[in-house]
Amino acid sequence: MKFMMMMHTPRGNGEYSVLDWPPGDFQAHVDFMRRFAAELHEAGELVGAEGLAPPGQARLVRAKGDGEPEITDGPFAEGKEFLAGYWIVDVESPRRAHELAARASMAPGPGGTPLRIPIEVREVMSAPPSND
Amino acid sequence: MRAEDDGATGEPLLRTLAPEVLAIVARRFGDFARAEDAVQEALIAAAIQWPERGRPDAPRAWLVRVASRRMMDAIRADAARQRREVAVAPTEAWTVDEPSHDDPLLLLFMCCHPALTRPSAIALTLRAVGGLTTAEIAHAFLVPESTMAQRISRAKATIAKEGARFEMPDLDARAARLATVLNVLYLIFNEGYVSSQGASLQRADLSREAIRAMRQVARALPEDPEVAGLLALMLLTDARRVARTGPSGELVPLDQQDRSRWDRRSIQEGIRILTEALGRGAVGSYQVQAAIAAVHSEALDFEDTDWPQILALYGLLAHMSDNPMVTLNRAVALAMVRGAEAGLALLESLDEDPRVREHHRLAAVRGHLLERAGRHAEAIAQYRLAAERTASQVEQEYLVLQAGRLRAREEDPNEG
Repeated sequence: MKFMMMMHTPRGNGEYSVLDWPPGDFQAHVDFMRRFAAELHEAGELVGAEGLAPPGQARLVRAKGDGEPEITDGPFAEGKEFLAGYWIVDVESPRRAHELAARASMAPGPGGTPLRIPIEVREVMSAPPSND
Repeated sequence: MRAEDDGATGEPLLRTLAPEVLAIVARRFGDFARAEDAVQEALIAAAIQWPERGRPDAPRAWLVRVASRRMMDAIRADAARQRREVAVAPTEAWTVDEPSHDDPLLLLFMCCHPALTRPSAIALTLRAVGGLTTAEIAHAFLVPESTMAQRISRAKATIAKEGARFEMPDLDARAARLATVLNVLYLIFNEGYVSSQGASLQRADLSREAIRAMRQVARALPEDPEVAGLLALMLLTDARRVARTGPSGELVPLDQQDRSRWDRRSIQEGIRILTEALGRGAVGSYQVQAAIAAVHSEALDFEDTDWPQILALYGLLAHMSDNPMVTLNRAVALAMVRGAEAGLALLESLDEDPRVREHHRLAAVRGHLLERAGRHAEAIAQYRLAAERTASQVEQEYLVLQAGRLRAREEDPNEG
């Protein structure tokens, strides 16, 4: 079964703002994330993973009445958190997905302390049965 | 694997033959889009049959014959669908045409047709000229195979709709068409060179593909100085590939690269090609960019570089095209010749330029020059700004580290 693991990080200059971390700690965080992705890949559990560009570049788009795009520039003040990136994993059980999410959540922050980032885990719906 | 390897070139035989066969079939039937499909099918047939039954004595003729049969089948099927008779070429044993000297160039003109978007031209070039499979191209660009297949078939439909003929463009059109070909190959090269983590291996292959195609263009047009200039630029840039990435995939900028890891053979070849090209007059922007890369490749380290010459070359480039990225690089060279403040002053001219005003590279270069000027607090702010603006993960990591390193030094001047 496939799961999407979404990493939401709070806005602002709190402990998640990597720009304020000591460089060695940031490097350790990057290395952790690289290693995590490599391990998922080697285990054959990784379907895909992407990091998203910072929310300052986000645009909110909705269709106008005539179907043309109506575009609002971000960042959007209403959101307290933003999606920083996600993994899609193919695993045997929900329990395995939860284990993996917990590992990602332990990514080191300033001083090497685990960040315990909240990871939202959602099952990816499978395609409807084929009639062919 | 005798069926796959070609001792003469070291490239897999099928990939070498693919563009030759495509040119022959496209010329014979006058239908590039359908010929491309037929040749793909012939290549698949060869990949399955040759390892089992052994490679035929005349592999190219075999492929031409199989692809031509597929062409005829497709034409007949179309005729049947449209319920009308069409004249189909006779089915007796084919005489095998020899590839012509112009074929590689003709194929590139077709794949880089002006009616195509750049991503379509890139995909089609890699398949028709590079002989890569759709899956391989999709992998290199990190998109699903079905997306890439769609892109390629749309590209071929566009070419068919344009009624493009498989022949040399008119003399008046040729220069512009060649410029498009060079631009497409340059983009393929850069896509491979600016590698991103996780995918670095596959992407390196794109640079190799671009160099391989560029060598074909250079063989077809040995007298064209810009063709030689772009080939030299690719070789000189590619020579730094290994040194450009650190052990865990991080970006290593030019001033911190271990120059003993540069590929000297590639540098020598690039310089030789460039020197011959410069002797032919008519200096264009690829030659100037190659000359800049050559000056860097001859320096022992960043400080030792002949910066006055690089500054002069960027000045020349600025005259050739109005490109804000050239100004950015010129500002770095100017800072090295006349001091960081001079470089910063030049950057101010870009603050009103909508093409680059909010580009992360402007903030990154400004941060770098501010740091050289000893204005650390301002440099940190610019590095942070650049980190927030870039969409490249490796670049973002590099910029965050720059800001962090500088901040740590501010807090504890004895460190680092």
